[in-house]
Amino acid sequence: MASLRSFLQCNFDILRKTFVILFVNVRDALNQAMDEELERDERVFLLGEEVAQYDGAYKVSRGLWKKYGDKRIIDTPITEMGFAGIAVGAAFAGLRPICEFMTWNFSMQAIDQVINSAAKTYYMSAGFQTVPIVFRGPNGSSAGVAAQHSQCFAAWYGHCPGLKVVSPWNSEDARGLLKAAIRDDNPVVFLENEMMYGVPFELSEEMMHKDFVIPIGKAKVERQGTHITLVSHSRCVGFCLDAAAVLAKEGVECEVVNLRTIRPLDVDTIEASVMKTGNLVTVEGGWPQYGVGAEICARIMEGPAFNYLDAPAVRVTGVDIPMPYAKILEDHSVPQIKDIIFSVKKVLNM
Amino acid sequence: MGSGRLPKTIVCEHRTSLHPQMHVKTIPCKEKNIYEQDPDILPPSGAHLRWTEGGQVVSEAASVVVSSRSYADFTPEATFDIKKVDLHRLEEGPPLTSTLTREDGLKYYRTMQTIRRMELKADQLYKQKIIRGFCHLYDGQEACAVGIEGGITLSDHLITAYRAHGYTLTRGGTVREIMAELTGRREGIAKGKGGSMHMYTKNFYGGNGIVGAQVPLGAGVALACKYLGTDQLCVSLYGDGAANQGQIFETYNMASLWKLPIIFICENNQYGMGTSVERASASTEYYKRGDFIPGLRVDGMDVLCVREATKFAADHCRSGKGPILMELQTYRYHGHSMSDPGVSYRTREEIQEVRSKSDPISMLKDRMLSNNMASVEELKEIDIEVRKEIEDAAQFATTDPEPPLDDLCSHIYANEKSFEVRGATPWTKLTSHS
Repeated sequence: MASLRSFLQCNFDILRKTFVILFVNVRDALNQAMDEELERDERVFLLGEEVAQYDGAYKVSRGLWKKYGDKRIIDTPITEMGFAGIAVGAAFAGLRPICEFMTWNFSMQAIDQVINSAAKTYYMSAGFQTVPIVFRGPNGSSAGVAAQHSQCFAAWYGHCPGLKVVSPWNSEDARGLLKAAIRDDNPVVFLENEMMYGVPFELSEEMMHKDFVIPIGKAKVERQGTHITLVSHSRCVGFCLDAAAVLAKEGVECEVVNLRTIRPLDVDTIEASVMKTGNLVTVEGGWPQYGVGAEICARIMEGPAFNYLDAPAVRVTGVDIPMPYAKILEDHSVPQIKDIIFSVKKVLNM
Repeated sequence: MGSGRLPKTIVCEHRTSLHPQMHVKTIPCKEKNIYEQDPDILPPSGAHLRWTEGGQVVSEAASVVVSSRSYADFTPEATFDIKKVDLHRLEEGPPLTSTLTREDGLKYYRTMQTIRRMELKADQLYKQKIIRGFCHLYDGQEACAVGIEGGITLSDHLITAYRAHGYTLTRGGTVREIMAELTGRREGIAKGKGGSMHMYTKNFYGGNGIVGAQVPLGAGVALACKYLGTDQLCVSLYGDGAANQGQIFETYNMASLWKLPIIFICENNQYGMGTSVERASASTEYYKRGDFIPGLRVDGMDVLCVREATKFAADHCRSGKGPILMELQTYRYHGHSMSDPGVSYRTREEIQEVRSKSDPISMLKDRMLSNNMASVEELKEIDIEVRKEIEDAAQFATTDPEPPLDDLCSHIYANEKSFEVRGATPWTKLTSHS
């Protein structure tokens, strides 16, 4: 009887776990990651606007204040420059803050603290002063929030040595990269995406383990292909996979590379892919000029993969305008699946 | 400034004891007739002096020449009246007297003199182009750094802006490593990577180049003190120019809301670069600018005033009452930086007047001598030792080699295995070590 019961128990657990962990949306993945890291290390704390009693402006920190209280989940006044500076100072003195910007647009108020106080300090002090801080928040375009709330900051922060800049796409990325970022002794800019928060993804048991981390600085090949490489980050990875599915029907097999990290850029994975396929299209939500795609193309040109290109590398980007409001205009301001398909066909001369 | 202090006195090695009852000593004068050179300088009161042909200054009352003094002769401690502090939202302030021990007096004297001479040496090296870039000198403000340190301990924390050499010293840096950092050498306190504005020691967070940014950083350090349950506090300094920065007001707000153990200190040296306080601030009562934060306005040229005020402020913080703000009224003799002669927006007369009436080192010296807490020779001995230390440090700073090129890309990330860094060309592959 005992063995039958334990047999049933075991299977029930598997079933329970299977159902519980099968689909986790990005918001919950971030939430669970923070919860586990708060539990693991007492020095970790979260501060930002509405993170505590409001449960987070986008509910990413839901339940954390109830569980950890005022000391570790801190609501701040609407003073980004001040609280970002306070977060960095706390990191100087040995804590491990998570500083939330309600959106990365508001980080511009505090950008001096991110760059001059956080990013550069380890170097300026010749290794004396570490800054183990995570800045996180939603980045890039949302839906109908117009120009001042829709900018992508991947290129701006990706420009700066001393920072790590991370841009997760799915729940696995969100969970693994946020844990890695919190455990990292360096300042990490963590670029989430509001449109992805509610999207569910499968998470395996391994991914649900409390020590599951994804190494920062390593890209992932989400889909193997042979004809062309699509390199992307954040929400656009999903568009690339959708485009690849459509193109597969026409016999074009796209390899989709999910950057995961903007800085340090995993050039090796991109190069290996391009050397395999011979063609490259980068896809991003941000503006084209001096952007992530521009950097990737330059690096490919300067490296061994250039000789394997059968056609010039091309970028698919957000339109070079401030984000408009009207839905029809907004839809045409961001890269769509059809733009990716069109670019692939152009590059492959189809 | 200041009451109960001696009239114009000169800083020189040949001043006799100023107390009329004291044994006086003949002291050879290096310069022929200093009083003739500057008719404005009065002989120290209480002693009638005449000049001998050999250029010696002799007191008419001096019939006894004392050749040596034992240290047992010295007053072990004395209590001084100090200037009353202006208060904002405080019922009581720091005490109106300060007791100085001989030991502390000598320590403060030595430290202030070291800062003074170190800054003057930096001036020299800068003019010789051995120091380059930014160099913001602290001479004139020594009483602030030394007095503050006298009111806290090294387990407390401190952060300041770019006029930071004095604080780097009081917070545990050595003259050698400070000067070697200024000259950009490998033994510099930041291995030559930081320079004048980016020096760090334990519990000292620089040295910060962006005006005002250090203030919220200091509040963050204070938050950590509270979070970790220590009794420590953070002193966060800024100047009269920075006092108008928005982020400082943001910090006042959060520090008060969360009762952070932070002492905000505004070093008001009257000028933000070339802009006088009246031209920059609608309210120049910087000690009141914290509004809901209690404030003190303190004579920043008097090391004892600064010390007592800091002790008072530290007690306030440690008792859990939250932040407090101190305005230190001080003065810098040099211009804003080495590229500023410092006379286009203020007069030479003003600088000279402060130097002669309110010099912090003179003030301490006068107090100690007139109360028999030290002898002239003893202080002279300290001067000589300090001079030597500075000379040796300057020598070291000039001869130590520059950092190795291998170090160029190091210290980008902490606790990371080595990785490749792109050089100026795609073929230049450099390595970064943690």
